[in-house]
Amino acid sequence: MSTFKIFLAFMKIGAFSFGGGYAMFPLLKKEIIENHQWLTASEFTDIVAIAQMTPGPIALNSATFIGYKMNGFLGAFTATLAIITPSLIIVLLICFFLRKFKDSKYIEWAFKGIRPVVLGLIASATIFVAKDSFIDIKSIIIALGILYLIGYKRLHPILGIVMAGITGIILY
Amino acid sequence: MTLLKMFMTFLKIGAFTFGGGYAMIPLIQVEVVDKNKWLEKEEFVDIIAIAQSAPGPIAVNASIFVGFKIKRIIGSLLCMTGVIIPSFVVILLIAAFFYQFRENELVKQVFLGIKPAVVALIAIAAYRFSNAIKLKIKSVLIAIVSLVLVVFFDVTPVLIILASALGSICLFKLREKRHINEKSIKK
Repeated sequence: MSTFKIFLAFMKIGAFSFGGGYAMFPLLKKEIIENHQWLTASEFTDIVAIAQMTPGPIALNSATFIGYKMNGFLGAFTATLAIITPSLIIVLLICFFLRKFKDSKYIEWAFKGIRPVVLGLIASATIFVAKDSFIDIKSIIIALGILYLIGYKRLHPILGIVMAGITGIILY
Repeated sequence: MTLLKMFMTFLKIGAFTFGGGYAMIPLIQVEVVDKNKWLEKEEFVDIIAIAQSAPGPIAVNASIFVGFKIKRIIGSLLCMTGVIIPSFVVILLIAAFFYQFRENELVKQVFLGIKPAVVALIAIAAYRFSNAIKLKIKSVLIAIVSLVLVVFFDVTPVLIILASALGSICLFKLREKRHINEKSIKK
């Protein structure tokens, strides 16, 4: 399989997946398993699980991993570059646009409408992730503890993550 | 100096982001707004809004946007590269050497601990976000409707964002027109 084909496939995934990592999976699955048969379904499931357990955006991790499986380092590099290219172009365009029309009242009005939607989206992400993460009473206790430490005691989020990891070793 | 600091900051953000883009929000806020004062609180809110509306990973989009705000295109490229490198390296190592990574007991335990922490991080992001935008009844309603649409009706976030942006523009335009009309009647 050619590097160019890998690049095209992942660019398509990057360009058409809105709403972050989880929203990307159906598209990723369709391209990788159905359209190109680059991986089997069980390989795909394994890779997604690892992508979730490692730091960084899940979609990006999956892309790097799948790229590696397909064509070694070159494949990993190609897939990673391809999946971020649409983001880079579109976000930069938005940046230039916003800077040009910074004082436009229409932009300000649009953002007044967008802000509460984003709040709703973040809140919905809390629900989605909680559904998946709260498997027992221990996990709920960890979440509440971290909520208190970072949210109220202003502990640095990185320290919070490290503490949660250590707590995981102790409790499970 | 700022460039190096930006790069290092986003390297750190990339290395400690688990569970996707939203969990990264409190970390970006601490590093970019509180500590380095590269952005105002209000600017930060809109960056999340834009990162959410553009295609691609939210964390990557946010890094590109924050970078642009601080140092234009060079800033964008730098912050984006910084956020990507940790996950790229970790995945390569796992793919090449530790394919059994997932079966490792210790890794499983650490992951079981981090997963619920991610819920807390996202909840904190939601709370701080609601503090940063001035909440009125109308905005609370919009937030609740968006939440219901996403959770129960599986509507794509971009659609809701676009609809709300357009709706808001129309509403303000109408209000402005009415205002002008009233003024001209008074005259």
